[in-house]
Amino acid sequence: MQVPAPFEYERATSVDQAIGLLERLGSSARLVAGGHSLLPMMKLRLANFEYLIDINDLHAELGYIRLSDDEVRIGAMTRHRELLESDVLAGVFPIFRDAEKVIADPIVRNRGTLGGSLCQADPSEDLSAVCTTLDASCVIRGPGGSERVVTMEEFHVGPYETAVADNEILTEVRIPRKTFRVGSAYAKVERRAGDWAVVSAGAAVWLDQGRIVDARVGLAAVGPNTTGIPEISAALRGHEPDESLFELAGAIAARSCEPVTDTRGSADYKRHLADELTRRTLRKAVERARS
Amino acid sequence: MQVTMTVNGTEYTREIEGRMLLVHFLRDVLALTGTHWGCDTSNCGVCVVWMDGEPVKSCTVLAAMAGGHEVRTVEGLANGAELDPIQEGFRQCHGLQCGFCTPGMLMTCRALLDKNPDPTEGEIREAISGQICRCTGYSSIIRSVRWAAVHEAAAVATEEAVQA
Repeated sequence: MQVPAPFEYERATSVDQAIGLLERLGSSARLVAGGHSLLPMMKLRLANFEYLIDINDLHAELGYIRLSDDEVRIGAMTRHRELLESDVLAGVFPIFRDAEKVIADPIVRNRGTLGGSLCQADPSEDLSAVCTTLDASCVIRGPGGSERVVTMEEFHVGPYETAVADNEILTEVRIPRKTFRVGSAYAKVERRAGDWAVVSAGAAVWLDQGRIVDARVGLAAVGPNTTGIPEISAALRGHEPDESLFELAGAIAARSCEPVTDTRGSADYKRHLADELTRRTLRKAVERARS
Repeated sequence: MQVTMTVNGTEYTREIEGRMLLVHFLRDVLALTGTHWGCDTSNCGVCVVWMDGEPVKSCTVLAAMAGGHEVRTVEGLANGAELDPIQEGFRQCHGLQCGFCTPGMLMTCRALLDKNPDPTEGEIREAISGQICRCTGYSSIIRSVRWAAVHEAAAVATEEAVQA
């Protein structure tokens, strides 16, 4: 029987009360949202805490998808199922629905949250790749109502490590919107349905008069954290999208990533996937931007 | 710590350890052993129960998290001696052999039919994609769900005809 080591259970009633608890308990405490990454890690003793602070009651405060002209704001407690089912979100950034369809399974998606996924900081995690692709920023709240906003690059400090301090909580993810036509897509190769990615890629393309004003690619499972590749953006900007451009981007992705050989595949195979999935998602993103 | 939750319509208050998982609370504390306990890693889906009407994997939910919530298990499906149509479907169409995955399958498929009374084969396969059955190859499970869908639709039609 796998059960976490003993801990004290606390239940948060508001964001600020949760921060108060974190201030008091320090590094011996951890927030738990859906728990579908944290509890398995605690069962395996890969993580151990004296206190768990259950923030599921904060869904009313932190479960939302809000669209404005210049950004999309998503609350950290928004569950995978809500991200999958949101037509508003799929209308602006279909990459979310692409990714959610291949994250775990429908039952797990009933519990898992956006904030939990990002805070897990697993290098193979799909929503981290989506947020990297979309140049999202993360809102972190601390004691006394203080708030700071960090980029995805700053948010993920290393594998399983984030910029969120012991007395802070990730409250919101903000995704900028631009006034150009936009298309986005996500693709993942996995060994079986609902598994972690062997490799996955997200792409977003912004078009003006048929030319690329900006393009971003985010890769998962090929480095210490999900990676955005600035060289691809630079190579694509100003051009009219075509197949040769996608091939160039794929080649850059393959040589820019740092995959390691493991049970999911060899480093060479993962480079091949990074190339192929970059091409596929860019192709799809452009197709969506044009339609 | 003390936890109070409603399971199949009955409220229970028990003293538990914070680390106790919902699946063990149901099986070992309440002796509701219909919910099975399998892989422990939220992969196999034999432990699926409902929390506030939504299927969850009870090996990855703390019993404490279910405090104040409504849980429904496979024991809560039948109405006395009368089986739920999804149970009857599994019986009619051989939706099980060994039966180990069945409680979880039933809870997920009941939730599917409540949301989508006429699911396609693809929708059924997607709904149970987080659950493993090593006996049936899934085909007879899909037939069982379709059986329940068709018979529930027929029952509704009959009821409407009687009322008219």
